[in-house]
Amino acid sequence: MLNDIGFIIGTSLMYAAPLLFTALGGVISENSGVVNIGLEGMMTIGAFIGAAVGYYVGNPWIAFIAAGLAGGIFALLHAIASVTFHADQVVSGIAINFLGPGVALFISRLLFNGSTMTKSLSFSAKMPRPLNGLFRSNSFSDIIFNQYATVYLAFILVFVMWYTLYKTKLGLRIRAVGEHPASADTLGVSVTKIRYFGVILSGILAGFGGAAMSIAVVSNFRPTLISGQGFIALAAVIFGKWKPQGAMWACLLFGAAQGLTVYLGGAGVINISSQLLAMLPYVLTLVVLVGFVGKSVAPAASGEAYEKGE
Amino acid sequence: MSNIDFNHKVVEMKNITKKFGDFTANDNINLTVHKGEVHALLGENGAGKTTLMNVLYGLYQPTSGEIYIREEKTSIEDPNVAIKKGIGMVHQHFMLVQPFTVAENIILGMETTRGISLDMKKAVEDVKKLSDKYGLYVDPNAKIQDISVGMQQRVEILKALYRGAEILILDEPTAVLTPQEIEDLIEIIRSLTEQGKTIIIITHKLKEIKMTSNYCTIIRRGKRIDTVKVSETSEDDLASKMVGREVNFKVVKKEREKGNTSIKIDNLVVKDNRGINAVDGLSLEINSGEILGLAGIDGNGQSELIEALNGLRYVDSGKIFMNGKDITNKSPKEVLDNNVAVIPEDRQKRGLVLDFSMAENMILENYHKEPFSKRGILSYNNIENFAKDLIKRFDVRPENEKIKAKALSGGNQQKVIIAREVTNDPDLLIASQPTRGLDVGAIEYVHNALVEQRDKGKAVFLVSLELDEIMNVSDRIAVIYEGKIVGIIDAKDADEKTLGLMMAGGGKDGE
Repeated sequence: MLNDIGFIIGTSLMYAAPLLFTALGGVISENSGVVNIGLEGMMTIGAFIGAAVGYYVGNPWIAFIAAGLAGGIFALLHAIASVTFHADQVVSGIAINFLGPGVALFISRLLFNGSTMTKSLSFSAKMPRPLNGLFRSNSFSDIIFNQYATVYLAFILVFVMWYTLYKTKLGLRIRAVGEHPASADTLGVSVTKIRYFGVILSGILAGFGGAAMSIAVVSNFRPTLISGQGFIALAAVIFGKWKPQGAMWACLLFGAAQGLTVYLGGAGVINISSQLLAMLPYVLTLVVLVGFVGKSVAPAASGEAYEKGE
Repeated sequence: MSNIDFNHKVVEMKNITKKFGDFTANDNINLTVHKGEVHALLGENGAGKTTLMNVLYGLYQPTSGEIYIREEKTSIEDPNVAIKKGIGMVHQHFMLVQPFTVAENIILGMETTRGISLDMKKAVEDVKKLSDKYGLYVDPNAKIQDISVGMQQRVEILKALYRGAEILILDEPTAVLTPQEIEDLIEIIRSLTEQGKTIIIITHKLKEIKMTSNYCTIIRRGKRIDTVKVSETSEDDLASKMVGREVNFKVVKKEREKGNTSIKIDNLVVKDNRGINAVDGLSLEINSGEILGLAGIDGNGQSELIEALNGLRYVDSGKIFMNGKDITNKSPKEVLDNNVAVIPEDRQKRGLVLDFSMAENMILENYHKEPFSKRGILSYNNIENFAKDLIKRFDVRPENEKIKAKALSGGNQQKVIIAREVTNDPDLLIASQPTRGLDVGAIEYVHNALVEQRDKGKAVFLVSLELDEIMNVSDRIAVIYEGKIVGIIDAKDADEKTLGLMMAGGGKDGE
């Protein structure tokens, strides 16, 4: 019984990590005033590049960084469209969501003999578990705390992001640009630079999130791997009231839904069709957004292009 | 008055011309300001005063002309250069980040740091020091969204001072302030010039120029008309120089004919957003053929009263009768159908759909009626012809019904609203602060429109924070204090002192 609970908690943490990276990306982008609905697409391309680079290079960290870069490049497109050319941020984000999986599948077919799945990573190419062997094998602590490196990294990043946003000069400027860009502009803060920074960083983090899925939770990329997790991360941003720590709690909740799905599906505790079970995280997302979010206030200028002299 | 140092020309703008396409916003303007001077820029809306100051602040580049700061030729490419040269600007619409604290807003862009972290403790201390030095009281730890408009303005001034501003440009600084806050601001301006700061005020309010400024440059249609010494010039002179013709401050009215009761408000109680009784047992009758002015200090229930009459706010108890018919808690449309028209307090939020064309705004209340629509389909031909007619009759400029409402000046926006409301031929016209932010020419127009309604035998309910306006336009004056009418006097018997006392809750004749 205790180990069952441990299994659920451990699985929750593991599934929360990819969401958390991506949600932190959403937090930074939205705080700088750019809605990033393209997180899903950036996460997908990150997952693919992570798995592909991991397969060919064999080093998980190079794969992880490559995934971040891939997400960052897609985010750059979003930034060019929405910051420089004042395009509608939602439309631009949707375009990224089509582009991400499209490009991933295209390259996958080129590299892997027409397959939409990448080949499985060897054990050494997978994200390591730095605390492996510290606990007694299959003990309660082992099940919970013996996680992939990406899980620890995600939670460390929550703190880093919180500190940056609320305790540093850069954070103050990012939030000012997201709330009242004209005010920042008249004080000599470059709205364009800050927004590019926020959007590109959000893409890098979403790329990390994708890789945290494809080279840690599982060992390859397949078209259904991300399927909506970018959107769940976006929901976590809103549910978490656009704050890193809030997003963390939301991701833990959504991670728990995934963990529960895996547990119920595997343990045969109750007899529910796996298709219905797989709906759990999405249903939860809806319920949470409808029922519990209430009046959460987005950064005032989020979603609005900034043009001088208006 | 003696703070001016005539040996130091702080700002000299020479032959400044600024063109936007074919439109010349500034035409060969010269401006000289000395150290310690308060210099007013006077002009109607759209005359080019703000453009000139945006040139000085580096937001626009002049098409031709030269700028000298402290007698040194300077090219101000962007606000950063202006800030370095000691120029600060307080914009008409405040540039403040609402959820940030006062201190955070002030240091933004010039943050105090310790290592990689923000040093908010030092920031708060710096702000306190600065605010003590100039007598600009602010609470450094309060959030902008929680403080008064007056304090927000002080934060804006501190923002400029924090950056070492020696020259302060204030763009329409009193437009959003209450009378008390205006007095505070005048005090602040005095204290700043005593400490050697130079101030340029953009305004169209003559009274404030008289109270604050040493010199005044008048701009009309992009051209400098004159620069005068304020103490030697009368308000009438300033006004006619600004508008280019004689302006009547005194509204001319015929004797009033006593009419029947138009609207009867009986013991009305209305709550504000916090759930407190803002209107608290208010009774009032307005007759047809009269203008009843409601005087009072802002926040004594005026807004809530208007919203209740308009059908926008729930009436907790009491009754409203229009022509004898109960219209309490009816929808705005039913109120409208009972011949009540409202010129709302906030013309941009409630009066107009800013992204709609002028023509569309003019039929907002009648779009569903013929000839504007038939079987649910709008007839743009009829709508535009109707609009063209109104534009002529109400002298709206520019004469283009397809232009968006947000592109109009404040005065012309108000004309669109008045045109729409008056053509409904209402029995009662409620005008809530109808001249706020307008220049004297437009104010004269609005006042005449109200008097015209009255002369047609209709009732007019004028709510205003400007005592001059109330005394000038009304037939009878009611004073509101803490949600109640504390007295009604005939406008002929009214003087500022009596009304002022009543507005402060002193009751009629200082009871």
